[in-house]
Amino acid sequence: MQDVLKKKSMEKRILAPRDSRETIGNINVPNPRMVCRNVNVYYDDKQAIRNVSIDIGSNEVLAMIGPSGCGKSTFLRCLNRMNDTIESCRVNGQIFFDGSNIYDPSVDVVPLRAQIGMVFQKPNPFPKSIYENVSWAPIIHGLVETKADADEIVETSLHKAGLWDEVKDRLGQPGTGLSGGQQQRLCIARAIAVSPEVILMDEPCSALDPIATAKIEDLIDELREQYTIVIVTHSMQQASRVSQRTAFFHLGDLIEVGSTGTVFTKPSHQLTEDYITGRYG
Amino acid sequence: MIVPVLLLILLALSVAGFFLGRKKASAVAKSAGGRHKLHSRPNYYGIVTGLWCCLPAFFLFLLWLIFEQRIVTSLVIADLPPTLQQLPRERLVLIVQDIRNLATGNIVSGEITPEMRDAAAHFLELQDIGTMITSVLVLVVALAGILFFYRRITPELRARNQVEIVIKSLLIVCSTIAIFTTVGIVLSVLYEAIRFFRHVPVTDFLFGLEWSPQMAIREEQVGSSGAFGAVPVFAGTLLISAIAMMVAVPVGLLSAIFLSEYADKKIRAVVKPLLEILAGVPTVVYGFFAALVVAPSIRAVGSQIGLDVSSESALAAGLVMGIMIIPFVSSLSDDVINAVPQSLRDGAYSVGATRSETVKHVLIPAALPGIVGGILLAVSRAIGETMIVVMAAGLSANLTANPLQAVTTVTVQIVTLLVGDQEFDSPKTLAAFALGLVLFIGTLLLNIIALTVVRKYRERYE
Ligand SMILES: Nc1ncnc2c1ncn2[C@@H]1O[C@H](COP(=O)(O)OP(=O)(O)OP(=O)(O)O)[C@@H](O)[C@H]1O
Ligand SMILES: [Mg+2]
Repeated sequence: MQDVLKKKSMEKRILAPRDSRETIGNINVPNPRMVCRNVNVYYDDKQAIRNVSIDIGSNEVLAMIGPSGCGKSTFLRCLNRMNDTIESCRVNGQIFFDGSNIYDPSVDVVPLRAQIGMVFQKPNPFPKSIYENVSWAPIIHGLVETKADADEIVETSLHKAGLWDEVKDRLGQPGTGLSGGQQQRLCIARAIAVSPEVILMDEPCSALDPIATAKIEDLIDELREQYTIVIVTHSMQQASRVSQRTAFFHLGDLIEVGSTGTVFTKPSHQLTEDYITGRYG
Repeated sequence: MIVPVLLLILLALSVAGFFLGRKKASAVAKSAGGRHKLHSRPNYYGIVTGLWCCLPAFFLFLLWLIFEQRIVTSLVIADLPPTLQQLPRERLVLIVQDIRNLATGNIVSGEITPEMRDAAAHFLELQDIGTMITSVLVLVVALAGILFFYRRITPELRARNQVEIVIKSLLIVCSTIAIFTTVGIVLSVLYEAIRFFRHVPVTDFLFGLEWSPQMAIREEQVGSSGAFGAVPVFAGTLLISAIAMMVAVPVGLLSAIFLSEYADKKIRAVVKPLLEILAGVPTVVYGFFAALVVAPSIRAVGSQIGLDVSSESALAAGLVMGIMIIPFVSSLSDDVINAVPQSLRDGAYSVGATRSETVKHVLIPAALPGIVGGILLAVSRAIGETMIVVMAAGLSANLTANPLQAVTTVTVQIVTLLVGDQEFDSPKTLAAFALGLVLFIGTLLLNIIALTVVRKYRERYE
């Protein structure tokens, strides 16, 4: 009963028309890979993201944290236009990638999504072999011409994802037969295989045990050299371990953004402090 | 009259038993120190008491229903005057039949003798006595059941488990009904088919190229060769089903893909029910649509481009049948494609796959077992369809692969063989059973093949 009441009051807070709150901290970075300006997202009439502006720097890991339902996944899915697949979802504002607005009508989402890859909360390998899981996207994008090309892409992607040694003898077996952590790394390999520039990760470790999590965190650290990574996480430790910048969301607003060290040691906003010290809610 | 009353009483007793048992359980629990001392909740004790009341009594009653006629009849025969008893067996059976008819007020075939009248009265009397005895017995058993269980209610008694056992047995019985029915059908068809094969050799039937089942009843009749080669009939079935599937599979599958992946909610809400209406149209309506609209148009188009189309053609029947079974393919495929987890779509879109690539490489393979299931259902529907073929494809058993000619199918032949007055031991009638048997084996094989294909596929992917 109390839960219901709480939920109701929460929805009211989201639904109530109100101005977005100021973001504290520097949203700009010197060398941005993606630039988001005044992004608003609605599900039907319900606003899930309010006027968010933030830069995402090259070769950095940006962590997005915030209480459940604050819009982290929603915002992340804006960055590669995965929100297009949700019928009720509307996005306005600008998100620039390599200088052009990805929400411009002239933009084709197919190559865009190949450049901005995504890893999901639950590992979702295709019901195909390990090999096909990785090689499928390069093949449909015409990145490979011969079997040898495909072999090479599969091998390098699995290497980068730190999975090669574990699966090299059973590439023909179904990807769904791997363990959860292996499946998640397979999904990372699948994303890497089309050589994206940005990788979006939505709670990639939430279904994994600490060892698999550590492996993926190491992997993120390595991948940073080549890719820009945005990661949503509920774990403060994970955010402070893997990211350089941290953005704190609350009820659809971007409350605070700054270097991870600053946000975690000297948060400026009361809400941020409450959240990272576990006093939220 | 007494039967429904008896059943009602039984029901009332069971309900009473339920309340009694529940009350006793509660009382027992209270004296044992609370509800938690009871193994199961009081309701379960009530249910078991009710079941003890009605189940044994009901089985007793069933037994009586099954054996009533036999017992009464044998008693009546035993009491017949010796003159009648010494008659040959067949005569005796006839007379007993007449006595029974006399007793129940039906039409009697032979003449009625005073002995028979007496016997009929005796029959009725015995029946009444029997019913009385059974009713009393049933009620006694019901009460005894209640009493029996009522006295056994203790806190330790596992009433819930007993209820589970009864429910499980009920489920088992229900699921075996289907199996027994199938076995029964197969056996009866098999029996008649074997009788047919005594008249016509199996090889003639399976490999003969001519089908003309009219037998000469009188010697001088013409046009009654009595050829029982089933190949043209099966070929016709295959031809028409193939045409139907060529229509239904692509159209059905593509509309399923459209509905599940491309159409937005509003279109889907309109189109899906409309498609499903197709399955609800009576086949007779399809039949005259095929015969009056489709077949003439095909003929007209054919004559314009110089083709010789007969007025009843396999093409017309196949096309219309294909349209009729579109919903079988589309509805099931739509459901299974929808059931593919959204996460797989997300995965495909997130690496930059287009919708059609996602459908082709991810969704269809993942949904294939279900799609194959839908197609199979459609095939069996096509093979079994009769009405459209009768009206649009004709009755003549031509052995041809030309869809513009008239052909006939197995089911149509079965119908034509069995309608009207038949002698049940002429090969003409028995041929229907042979056709049915082969048809049954054919669809069975089809199912087995499809199952293996699906299983093989599953092993590879999941
Ligand atoms: N498909 C949808 N349709 C309607 N509303 C949605 C949809 N997806 C998300 N929302 C709403 O948008 C808001 C933000 O959701 P979102 O999934 O982005 O939260 P989140 O921060 O990722 O939460 P979590 O940490 O639990 O994953 C929530 O109020 C949610 O109810
Ligand atoms: Mg989320």
